[in-house]
Amino acid sequence: MSIRERLSGNEATAIAMKQINPDVVAAFPITPSTEIPQYFSTFVANGEVDTEFVAVESEHSAMSATIGAEAAGARAMTATSANGLSLMWEMIYIASSLRLPIVMALVNRAVSGPLNIHNDHSDAMGVRDAGWIMLFSENNQEAYDNMLMAHKIAENKNVLLPLMVCQDGFITSHSIENIELESDEEVKKFIGTYKPEHYLLNDKEPIAVGPLDLQAFLFEHKAQQAEAMKNAKQVIKEVSEEFEKWTGRKYEFFEKYMLDDAEIAIVCMNSTAGTTKAVVNKLRENGIKAGLLKIRMYRPFPVDEVAEALSHLKAVAILDKADSLNGAGGALFEDVTSSMYVNKKQVPMVNYVYGIGGRDTTEAQIESVYEDLQKIASSGDIGNPYRYLGLRREEN
Amino acid sequence: MSNLIEIRWHGRGGQGAKTASLLLADAAFNTGKYIQGFPEYGPERMGAPITAYNRISDEPITIHSNIYEPDYVVVVDDTLLKSVPVTAGLKDNGAIVINTTKSPEYLKETLNGYKGKIFTIDAKKISEEALGKYFPNTPMLAAIVKVTGIMSDEAFIEDMKASFKHKFAKKPEVIDGNMKALELSLKEVKQIQ
Repeated sequence: MSIRERLSGNEATAIAMKQINPDVVAAFPITPSTEIPQYFSTFVANGEVDTEFVAVESEHSAMSATIGAEAAGARAMTATSANGLSLMWEMIYIASSLRLPIVMALVNRAVSGPLNIHNDHSDAMGVRDAGWIMLFSENNQEAYDNMLMAHKIAENKNVLLPLMVCQDGFITSHSIENIELESDEEVKKFIGTYKPEHYLLNDKEPIAVGPLDLQAFLFEHKAQQAEAMKNAKQVIKEVSEEFEKWTGRKYEFFEKYMLDDAEIAIVCMNSTAGTTKAVVNKLRENGIKAGLLKIRMYRPFPVDEVAEALSHLKAVAILDKADSLNGAGGALFEDVTSSMYVNKKQVPMVNYVYGIGGRDTTEAQIESVYEDLQKIASSGDIGNPYRYLGLRREEN
Repeated sequence: MSNLIEIRWHGRGGQGAKTASLLLADAAFNTGKYIQGFPEYGPERMGAPITAYNRISDEPITIHSNIYEPDYVVVVDDTLLKSVPVTAGLKDNGAIVINTTKSPEYLKETLNGYKGKIFTIDAKKISEEALGKYFPNTPMLAAIVKVTGIMSDEAFIEDMKASFKHKFAKKPEVIDGNMKALELSLKEVKQIQ
């Protein structure tokens, strides 16, 4: 029986961490994720968890301490945002290449500069090829649920990869909303005890972690990492199904909202998907066959499933909340269009960069995208595929 | 979502508009509603204009944007009336609730001919009488509950009693004053003609 509550996204994440009760949490405060270690340190001080909380002096140290703890055989977690993640950069790759199933809460925020504390996805997109599993969350509920599933996915012996749970800074991290929580006992039962196969503090099996790895082996080790990421797909599917049996809340690689009979659709991630759902409802009332595909599992990317789900559409808009500044479209656009190409599916697709630096994404903006899609669907003319949504500029 | 109520709060940093919006979300949540309570985080500092929002509905709320066409607006500080477009997008069949002692003529003129209902309350007087200090957010919370009618006065008072007990666990001496401020405010919020 779920517990009806109202919490912010940060509170929900901190409570998930309390219920997980990891061995070690190492974190350094940065807006808008600060509240997560702040609340968690209160749980530590009150004796509600028996976690070793390491108040480090930087995010580089936060990730380093987390790596050390996880390599020693502990379950370790952290939380950060934007420039905090940037400062972890070196250690982010080391965490995944050492195959350490660390779990991180990433509260998405624009990476400087110029300095901005608000939401976009430039932090997450900067580490999209770093070998971490990346799950995105529309709201506080999904941030909580993804966190409860995280360790079972990451620690699976066919995976052994770090995992980050993303949610939108301020928009969901600081918004109080309804949520269904599970009991401490049931969470504990679902997650289970962490029993690493190889770890530094095992005196029966002395091992080295992170030694030199040159021409002879690094290539093979990278291929193993890639294989583990592919394996994660099946594990995410199984864990999500098990989670649904327990809580009744269904999670797949992505959510299809009014998509199966849709003619035009938006693909996006995190909180914008919720606003898009409200717009889809309105358009459906007017007989417009609009739909939404909300990516939950961004890494690994569900290439074949996305291509299949979008193949029947007349026009699709992919919304990127980070500009790749490359003249070739945002990261999500590239992932989706590449998925279509390798699956030999041809659907007109356009890219919108939107919501940069916390620019509010309104229902009117989303509606304008569907209007554009209707024009593309009827004319077959894509025009410029690289577009902006909500950018303020002088009219020509 | 026809039963969705959207509320926008205007205040100044330090006056508790954000806290009031979260308390309103709490109270509505306790009557079984779906709620959102969120501030618009800008470069807010003590005294700077701030905005906070509430959505309240019988159905799950998925929209995650600011509120542009509110049903209700709460103005916690009437010095904002001339510097912030508080009625922007406010629905004509909605209402605005202002903490002020200014004349109806002044308000009508300052609100640029807003056609909806205008309510006023002297939160300063109530707060100073009940609490001995000026905390406008408690009176404004009661005023907006009264004006929206999202719950009965009795249910609201009962709920806030429990809420304050929790919120002020470490300074119980302020609970009675805050309860008195709520009760006075429910009576004193008035529509101007």
